[in-house]
Amino acid sequence: MSRTRTDAGRRTGRAAIGAALLAVILLQLLPFYVALTTALKSRTDLSSQWLLPIGDLFWGNFATAIRDGGILRAIGNSAVVTVAATAIVCVLGALAAYPLARRRTTLNKAVLLGIIGLIMIPPLSILVPLYSMLNRLGAINTYWGIILVMATTQLPLAIFLYSSFMRSLPIAVEEAAVMDGANLLQVLFLVIFPMLKPVTATVVILAGVAIWNDYALSVYVLTDPQVKTIAPAIGAFFSTQSSNLGAAAAASLMGFLPVLVAYLFLQRYFIRGIVAGSER
Amino acid sequence: MTQASTPAATVAAATGPRAAPRSARLRTRGGGLINLLYLPAVLLFVVFTVYPLLSGVGFSFTDWDGYSPDRAFVALQNYLRLFQDDTFRLVLLNTFGYGIGSTVLQQLLGLALAVALDRPFRGRSAARAIIYLPVLVSPVIMGTMYYLLFQYNQGAFNDIVVLFGGARVAWLSDQTAAVAIIMVVNSLQFVGISMIIYLAGLQAIPTSYYEAAMLDGAGAWQRFTAITLPLLQPAFATSIVLNLIGGLKLFDVIKVMTGGGPGYTTNSVSTLIGVTYFENQSAGYASAMGIVLFIIIAIFTLALNALLNRRRLEQQ
Repeated sequence: MSRTRTDAGRRTGRAAIGAALLAVILLQLLPFYVALTTALKSRTDLSSQWLLPIGDLFWGNFATAIRDGGILRAIGNSAVVTVAATAIVCVLGALAAYPLARRRTTLNKAVLLGIIGLIMIPPLSILVPLYSMLNRLGAINTYWGIILVMATTQLPLAIFLYSSFMRSLPIAVEEAAVMDGANLLQVLFLVIFPMLKPVTATVVILAGVAIWNDYALSVYVLTDPQVKTIAPAIGAFFSTQSSNLGAAAAASLMGFLPVLVAYLFLQRYFIRGIVAGSER
Repeated sequence: MTQASTPAATVAAATGPRAAPRSARLRTRGGGLINLLYLPAVLLFVVFTVYPLLSGVGFSFTDWDGYSPDRAFVALQNYLRLFQDDTFRLVLLNTFGYGIGSTVLQQLLGLALAVALDRPFRGRSAARAIIYLPVLVSPVIMGTMYYLLFQYNQGAFNDIVVLFGGARVAWLSDQTAAVAIIMVVNSLQFVGISMIIYLAGLQAIPTSYYEAAMLDGAGAWQRFTAITLPLLQPAFATSIVLNLIGGLKLFDVIKVMTGGGPGYTTNSVSTLIGVTYFENQSAGYASAMGIVLFIIIAIFTLALNALLNRRRLEQQ
């Protein structure tokens, strides 16, 4: 008797948890769904956002986002900035991490601690001096300006990840290479770097997504539509054309599509990356 | 380090006496020169982070307008003005609301999701993937999509209100509601990070602990409070610090959902810095805000780290 009651109780408990879980999942999908229904309807279609368009799909919003919002151009700019800055983060991050992992002097421990401390600095807290310096250097509205700034914001985490990973590698391999007459650069490029693939996948994902999505600094550094990346392009498009919500929704979906495709193909690495990135 | 030295010693022993001085040279030959490898990275930090931070301190003692060549030293006036500025006081409260509110909500929801998604069932990995998905979306895009939902005329939420016979609500025109909405949007977007951290924490707890507790007759809730919660301590520390820093520097979602309005009432310190610099042309004042924001985040992070690490040590 009591056993059937606990079984029933457990079943209701399970059902309640399942229902709550389903509600959270639907809530997480809701903004994407509403962006889709809004993007696929013309401005004159006043039907509810909850409903998909009846009859033919309307693609005019995507055309407007591309023509007036320069969304394709912005996606191209984001690709340039993300690839270049992420490459800098990987190369400089791995190089910097090696002495910090292998030569644990007081100085190097302090340097590593200082670099990790840089993660705390919010980008907007240095907006005034950073912007005025970039302005003096002629770096406003240039690829190289935003690439260097973005690389700098992502480097501390990359150095931390690389140095933790290198410390977990057995030093014997490097010593064997030295015994065979390899110099420092040969050890680095022929022995160490080939072993860094897993941690590099993590760094590429964390830094790449952060740079692709950046708005807080990009919106001030990039104001020219020719060089503007995707986040500031959507932000600007949204405020200048806020009456045209369909086009804003279409621009949002297009801006997210590249990240979504990467996520679908590399999901395993994404999840592993976020765990590794958070274990500071 | 001990792990690494054992195989090294084995190699040295195996290759005979010749190996010892050679392997010692790995550490000595490079010497300090090996440190040159971190010079490029450090150079970037000095130019784009450390120098701006220091010159920001300098700017904060001036009345600079942001573009003219000259500026006057005004000592601590900008900081004194911050303490008397009602707008800044409100914005500071908003910032704490975004930071602390999001952190609390994300821990509660993230932990609940992790526990619910820890045991295997069909569709579990799809559920995890969907809950995590918004983490990858630019907050600007997330804000735009949520703006559609909360919009006055055609917003999906107002459709529900109307369906139940209510009048349309101007969700984002009310300061309290707008701050709460932005806080919730930020929490939902990044709850996936907390969930993943807690899932990793849960998987590190040996199942034998639960089995032993069940033999002793502990109920589900007792097992949760006596085993799960204490052993998740490191995960709590990680997740809380990450969420708090993210919430305190919130910028993007505010910019697209309310633009800081109505008036200045939904700004965070981050968004107010941009407005003060570019629209009000008070670069000196904006610099002072930046320094205050940096100090707030540093204090929160260091205090929280100290607190959470101490509690972790006590538990061991």
